[in-house]
Amino acid sequence: MSTDNPAVKKSLYTPFNIMVGLIFLVGAVITALRFTKGLGAVTNLSDNNPWGIWISFDLLCGVALAAGGYTTSAACYVFGLKRYHSAVRPAILTAFLGYSLVGFALLYDVGRPWRLPYPFIVQSGPSSVLFEVGLCVMLYLNVLFIEWSPAALEWLGVKWQGLKKVRTVIVKMTLGLTIFGVILSTMHQSSLGALYLIAPSKLHPLWYSSYLPVYFFVSSIAAGLSMVIFEGTLSHHYLHDKMDATYLSEHDGVTMGFAKGAALVLAGYFLIKVVGITMDNNWHYLATKWGAWFLVELLGFVALPCFLYAMAVREKNLLMARVASVITVLGIVLNRFNVSLVAFNWQLAPADRYFPSWMEIAISLYIVTLGVSIFWFISSRMPIFYEHPQFKEHETAEFHEHKLKKHPQSFGH
Amino acid sequence: MENHFYVLHDFMVYTKGAAYYLMGLMLLGILGFWLYITGRDEDKDIQ
Repeated sequence: MSTDNPAVKKSLYTPFNIMVGLIFLVGAVITALRFTKGLGAVTNLSDNNPWGIWISFDLLCGVALAAGGYTTSAACYVFGLKRYHSAVRPAILTAFLGYSLVGFALLYDVGRPWRLPYPFIVQSGPSSVLFEVGLCVMLYLNVLFIEWSPAALEWLGVKWQGLKKVRTVIVKMTLGLTIFGVILSTMHQSSLGALYLIAPSKLHPLWYSSYLPVYFFVSSIAAGLSMVIFEGTLSHHYLHDKMDATYLSEHDGVTMGFAKGAALVLAGYFLIKVVGITMDNNWHYLATKWGAWFLVELLGFVALPCFLYAMAVREKNLLMARVASVITVLGIVLNRFNVSLVAFNWQLAPADRYFPSWMEIAISLYIVTLGVSIFWFISSRMPIFYEHPQFKEHETAEFHEHKLKKHPQSFGH
Repeated sequence: MENHFYVLHDFMVYTKGAAYYLMGLMLLGILGFWLYITGRDEDKDIQ
């Protein structure tokens, strides 16, 4: 195919593409430094702070914000809310990329990354929480890959007919994969919080609680629901031409339904945080500077979006739900940063506290940019926001019945 | 104001007692929140 068309050449040098190219270039240079000079050359990590921003942001936030995969597929396939079916594939893709990039980021963060598979093949350490996290994340990444693969197989199956049979087998496994994915997510989302139970003397009492695993799991549900709304809003704007009539007609209903779910989950999360303060009798800490920061997180990034979601559902206001989703996503990021960085080692002298180097931040930015680029590449080619015309007949009879009730025109009635 | 506890039992009695009161208030709060959030279901079209 000729590439001499000036319009094609011009389209490659958009401000967005140039910015992405620069981030990739800087990322490549720092990657070379990291793997030739070691962690010390690019990070501010120390014996006091062996886990930095790559764990706080890339891993803890990455896993929490990828929770949209299990929440959406559970809503659709386990709870039978078929009206959210069009949101499943984008959510699964977001989750798959999120978890893939968690694994990718670990290659940077772990001192000897070639030993990452050791817990599974050399020494398991089954009593370790970190082993459970590693095992669950590894298994769930495979589950997400299989859940996402029908989209790729439909895309490739147009050329290779044999792939259609593989796709048919995988589609029949959907319910089992969803249940397995929910079990694995329940386990490792909470276990990420359980990792910090070992450090009661290092984590500030307002953030430390024996309920940390519950906090991490419940907040991940709110994060997942909010990410589906947030990602759907962005996709609606930038990938509108890739969406079919079914997706577009269901989009507002998905936003409102998930907003209601997020409001209730955030309300529950707020209440169990208050119960945590009560059970540890930590009320007096609220009058300190740390307490003020805790209240910013709890009131500004949990109670406020909860109230906004509730208002949005009551008033059927989509814009308000979208604003609430952004605040919730930021709130989850803030919470994970507070637990793993800001309120961690809070009693150390300021000189011993950790602040990431610019290269650590650049690598995190590089990984996020990589994820967004791959998401755009896949969703602009594969049937993510639309049903592939050749595969509509493969859907289940139950799904057809639902669609027939909701969109009779799409079946020629 | 910070309370002083000399034995774990006193601490548990105090915090659990407070939590029980809190639970009662929360049950009422959740009920109100549910009524608020579902109060206008099917009343208005999406804007």
